[in-house]
Amino acid sequence: MAGTAVPGRLAWQLASVAAKRQETPRVISLRLESDAWAGHLPGQHVDVRLTAEDGYQAQRSYSISSAPEPGVLELTVEDIPDGEVSPYLTEVLQPADRLELRGPIGGYFTWTAADGGPLLLVAGGSGVAPLMSMLRERAAAGSDVPTTLLYSSRSWDEIIYREELERLAADPTLRIVHTLTRSHPADWAGYTRRIDAAMLAEVAGALLPGSLAYVCGPTRLVEQVATDLVTRGYPPAAIKTERFGPTGG
Amino acid sequence: MAGSFISRGFRGRRREDPAVAGRVPPGQYVTPDFPVLSAGPTPHTSPREWDFTLNGAVDPVRRWTWEEFRALPRDTVTVDIHCVTKWSKLDTVWEGVSLDTLFAGIEPRGAFVTAFCDGGYTTNLPLRDVLDGQAWIAFAYGEEPLAAEHGGPARLLVPHLYFWKSAKWVRGLTVTERDRPGFWESLGYHDYGDPWREQRYQGD
Repeated sequence: MAGTAVPGRLAWQLASVAAKRQETPRVISLRLESDAWAGHLPGQHVDVRLTAEDGYQAQRSYSISSAPEPGVLELTVEDIPDGEVSPYLTEVLQPADRLELRGPIGGYFTWTAADGGPLLLVAGGSGVAPLMSMLRERAAAGSDVPTTLLYSSRSWDEIIYREELERLAADPTLRIVHTLTRSHPADWAGYTRRIDAAMLAEVAGALLPGSLAYVCGPTRLVEQVATDLVTRGYPPAAIKTERFGPTGG
Repeated sequence: MAGSFISRGFRGRRREDPAVAGRVPPGQYVTPDFPVLSAGPTPHTSPREWDFTLNGAVDPVRRWTWEEFRALPRDTVTVDIHCVTKWSKLDTVWEGVSLDTLFAGIEPRGAFVTAFCDGGYTTNLPLRDVLDGQAWIAFAYGEEPLAAEHGGPARLLVPHLYFWKSAKWVRGLTVTERDRPGFWESLGYHDYGDPWREQRYQGD
């Protein structure tokens, strides 16, 4: 369970919003630039801090979705109804605005090409964000680690990074499997239910030496998938989890 | 930079509720939910296999089975908890055994403890932070047995520090003479973790 320690203090830095992209009706990605940003490990997150004119502050954590790159990072943000920070990021913040953040944070839920695999990534909703950083790193590094992404979304229109995932899936060593839990196109031939043990068995296949699993999504999904993977023989230490949910926003 | 930057157009939706004034540490927000955060799969340990051990620099080493542990005097406490991921939850009700009860009659020869857990998690604390009515081994939450995803059968409860110190699935404490960083403390998180001083990460 060793990891990368963060030396010194994680100072707040001002990043500027270089671009804002609508991923789905409720999800945006922000491309942020900061000279002080040294890069990150795929899977890590940042703390974002907003300050009102009267000094009131609010902080939240967001996973980094881009591949590691000095000076640049992307965050993917889901608009949480009734939230405080996510509505500001999705609706108010615009290109050329600045955003205060510090990081990268978290040294356990991380993967780089050197960690190898086979790699099983399981995502629910916006929990795909840190896994996307791993997939982008994998592509940028030219890694051929056999990799499967099993990704649960409510509907076709709510699949985050859908077109980029289609492009990435041209790589024969990367397999991407979607399940659409609430609605699906008339001609949809894929899964239409929540991820369960049977789906994991079909998608993950036989457990091979070196297998690593990363699971990120709402608590119910993470608990179920992690438990099922243990049942399938994954060593608990080979299963890393991160929770995403509407709490707080 | 801190204190000078204003986020354009940010007003902040939640101003401090007078009912909770002074109870929410800096950078935290209050949630009615009880989010679950763990680094790996949830262990499921049955009471038959469960025991709790005080070892390391102590005399004598003590061990309680689940039945022995549940026969100890228990406290019901209502406390506020603060997670480093920014949520705080107020007035949570727990039932558990005070660490003072477990350390009664034991002579510690070190000033630190490391909690160890099913699943391999560890966290370190100063011994003085778990004595004098500040820490419990909790086995019930909200009058129900503690759910596995929240750390059941039993978790450490140290509400005055960030909640990663309140180790889930705890199986014992090792008293040490030197402070040894635990799991998150080795991964960039603060060694002590006082939410009121916002000690989230190393150097805070």
